[in-house]
Amino acid sequence: MPLATSTFGGKASPWVSRIAMAAVHFFILVLFLQNVAADTWSAIIGLLFAHLYSVVALTYWNRIDRSAAGDTVIVTVTLEFVLIAIIFWDRASAWPWSTLFGLGVVQVCAFFAVRYWKDLRQAPKSAWFGLIVVLIYIMIAAMAPVIAPFSETEIVGSEYDAWTNEHLLGTDNLGRDMFTRLIYGGRNTVGVAFITTVLAFLIGGLGGLLAAAMRGWVDQVLSRFMEILMAIPSFIFALLILTIVGTSVPSLIMVIAVLDATRVFRLARAVAMNVVVLEFVEAASLRGEGLWWIIRAEILPNVLPPLVAEFGLRFCFVFLFLSGLSFLGLGIQPPTADWGSMVRDNATLITYGDITPLLPAAAIAILTIGVNFVVDWFLHKASGLKE
Amino acid sequence: MSEETGDGSTFGDVLVEMHGLRIEGRSDDIWHEIVHGIDVVLHRGEVLGLIGESGAGKSTIGLAAMGFARDGCRISGGSIMFDGVDLAKASEESLRQLRGSRIAYVAQSAAAAFNPAHKLIDQYCEAPVQHGIMPRAEAESDAIDLYGRLQLPDPESIGFRYPHQVSGGQLQRAMTAMAMACRPDLIVFDEPTTALDVTTQIEVLSAIRGIVRQFNTAAIYITHDLAVVSQMADRIMVLRHGNLIEEGETRGMLEDPQKDYTRDLLAVRTFRKELAEEPDANVPLLRAENIYAAYGKSPVLFDVSMDIHRKRTVAVVGESGSGKSTMARVITGLLVPSQGQVYYDGQPLPRDHRKRSKDEKRRLQMIYQMPDTAINPRQRVNSIIGRPLEFYLGMRGADRDARVRELLEMIELDPAEFFDRFPDELSGGQKQRVCIARALAAEPELIICDEVTSALDQLVAEEILKLLQGLQDELGLAYMFITHDIATVRAVADEIVVMLRGEVVEQGPKEQVLTPPHHEYTELLLSSVPEMDPDWLDNLLDQRSS
Repeated sequence: MPLATSTFGGKASPWVSRIAMAAVHFFILVLFLQNVAADTWSAIIGLLFAHLYSVVALTYWNRIDRSAAGDTVIVTVTLEFVLIAIIFWDRASAWPWSTLFGLGVVQVCAFFAVRYWKDLRQAPKSAWFGLIVVLIYIMIAAMAPVIAPFSETEIVGSEYDAWTNEHLLGTDNLGRDMFTRLIYGGRNTVGVAFITTVLAFLIGGLGGLLAAAMRGWVDQVLSRFMEILMAIPSFIFALLILTIVGTSVPSLIMVIAVLDATRVFRLARAVAMNVVVLEFVEAASLRGEGLWWIIRAEILPNVLPPLVAEFGLRFCFVFLFLSGLSFLGLGIQPPTADWGSMVRDNATLITYGDITPLLPAAAIAILTIGVNFVVDWFLHKASGLKE
Repeated sequence: MSEETGDGSTFGDVLVEMHGLRIEGRSDDIWHEIVHGIDVVLHRGEVLGLIGESGAGKSTIGLAAMGFARDGCRISGGSIMFDGVDLAKASEESLRQLRGSRIAYVAQSAAAAFNPAHKLIDQYCEAPVQHGIMPRAEAESDAIDLYGRLQLPDPESIGFRYPHQVSGGQLQRAMTAMAMACRPDLIVFDEPTTALDVTTQIEVLSAIRGIVRQFNTAAIYITHDLAVVSQMADRIMVLRHGNLIEEGETRGMLEDPQKDYTRDLLAVRTFRKELAEEPDANVPLLRAENIYAAYGKSPVLFDVSMDIHRKRTVAVVGESGSGKSTMARVITGLLVPSQGQVYYDGQPLPRDHRKRSKDEKRRLQMIYQMPDTAINPRQRVNSIIGRPLEFYLGMRGADRDARVRELLEMIELDPAEFFDRFPDELSGGQKQRVCIARALAAEPELIICDEVTSALDQLVAEEILKLLQGLQDELGLAYMFITHDIATVRAVADEIVVMLRGEVVEQGPKEQVLTPPHHEYTELLLSSVPEMDPDWLDNLLDQRSS
């Protein structure tokens, strides 16, 4: 089949080849969906075929048309995902949105992997480790209901059950499955931390660049305001605000985002200040460029590396902050699973020499390390250091 | 020159002997050879000049004399014998013992080489105390002695200042003193006067030469300026692309160069523009009238007036701090003058650039001194040049791309090769060409060139000047050419404005300003330009002291 489409391929008409490939893949997909239905064995054979297909496509197409090879990888990954979904059709069909979301994640990852394959191939082992860890966490977060054996809040056994085949990591203080809670906790905590960090960077990063680009009174007002916020110990400030407005997830996100934005603001302003004084920024403002252009096209690309590094660190800090709040009972509220509160709920087990309550902490630690490996790699590349 | 330079044999025994030196640099994960098997011999007390354009490998060889290779470089072959030790094979620890105590280094930019957070004398004392040569108190009195010998003002107290509190020329001399601290056998000078203007350069050159002779120190003097090296060196090696072109005793080489490339280097600065016709009596393109300006409370410009006519080049000359760049900032509207007015084509220009219309901005473009910082390192060449096209002329898509290619051809860069490059992938001269193209893209009438060639080496600078001249003839541009280099002025100017401490001391057509009688300061500037004569510095110093 790859031979047939390759005649349309070649560098001259990548679109023809892409459409032809898409048609072929669609055909295969329909074929499988009709025949395999819920039959596990034929699905597994289909899976093997998909692997063979991808190997052939990669080795063969790589020489003719790189974009076609890239498309093949994306489509193959999609195909595999669908086949796995068919094998576990009961679970996948029970939570269609989660499954679709997972599919989206897989496709986006495959897209980026293809696009930056050249860089990825040169990435050090630590970066690969980090990428894989992050990817696994994202997949687990995206498809939590499909993967988890029980429901998040369901009581399935007695309190503090030991590790058994049925309950992989035992049960918690209310008899809920620990493994399930760990998976759901990942979704909740990682999701909230991610949104919070993005928000903090939008507020703080934009504010910092604005202050650096405009200077004068805008800088004064913004900087003084941020300093006032920073003058109050952040944990106590967060506790105070959350006690007043209540601990809903949106208010949690807003409060932590604003508090962390002050740190991002400081960094963004400091780095941008060094760029603003360079002559190409002066040249742009002499040309008559607007503020938005100067921030977006002249300053931002030059301050991105330190900001991305900060993103990795900040994400981890937000994570810890969130877990800290949960431990105190002001974070994500029960019965929603959350790694911080899971440590607190099961803390008593420690006294019996059981390490189960440390698992959520380990999950946090591993993600933190993974994210930082990835960020280190990016920083290394962006700064143009050799060796 | 001391008498013994006549024949090399009167120097001491051999101090440094490099044999078949090969150095590789890494780019795109591949090692490329950048120095291809060079032999260097240096005797005690001898000054060796290394000369060549940028990328010739002269700094790399200079650093190799210390057994050092820059980040991303490695010494891949040959031997570097320093007083019987092979530095290419020596351990990092034994190299550390040698560096600073027996071999010292003076960098191009003293401002960047000093730690801004420590006083000069603290940095001076570091090496002798660390290497256990003398205790701190002794080192301090020694420093004061050396500061005096290098003719620094107030040798008693200057060491207790911070680097930003002294001038560039003084800093360069302080660094030379620091290199002398342990009385090394060898000092490597890497373009120590390139960043200084001519009048300061003289002071530093004579100070360096005096002290090297006093202590009979061997030196490697790296520069791209043949006139400078002929004042300093006993022997010269001409390098190009990591190969030795020619080696010879200074006088002999200047009188009778053997290779074409050396002759090219000697012939540089012979470029002259043909005189433009007299300006038509119409209104000047740009007229600045009685400009006074200040940074904060300190006044910088006093009653400066100048006219720039269409198709003419006005050169503004003066040493650093004379206010010539400030004048450019007033004209572009970056600095609002406290008094005076700038007229464009007879119409008053708003003083603040933010109040000027897009068209007023388009007609007045600027090219900066440092091409490294004047273009955004994160934008590709086509977006750098294409932006003014989009912004001023509203060009989009294929039109824009075609025009960018046209402009690249105009500045003599191959569009196919350079269209998608990042500035990192360009040489200094190529970056400056991109800056020129960016200014041209706006289709201006007047371009302000602020020291556009001073960051480039001579051959490249000459090419840029020729390019600018060609563009003027072709497009009828007017230039305001700010420079401290008289040679550049001779080459390009129609009219000259000489500035000193914020005032115009002399102004007029080129022939009038450059023919005697001169104003006293013009005379000083003119006589400070190094000439390709080994006796020039001695004669000049004699003349000035008498």
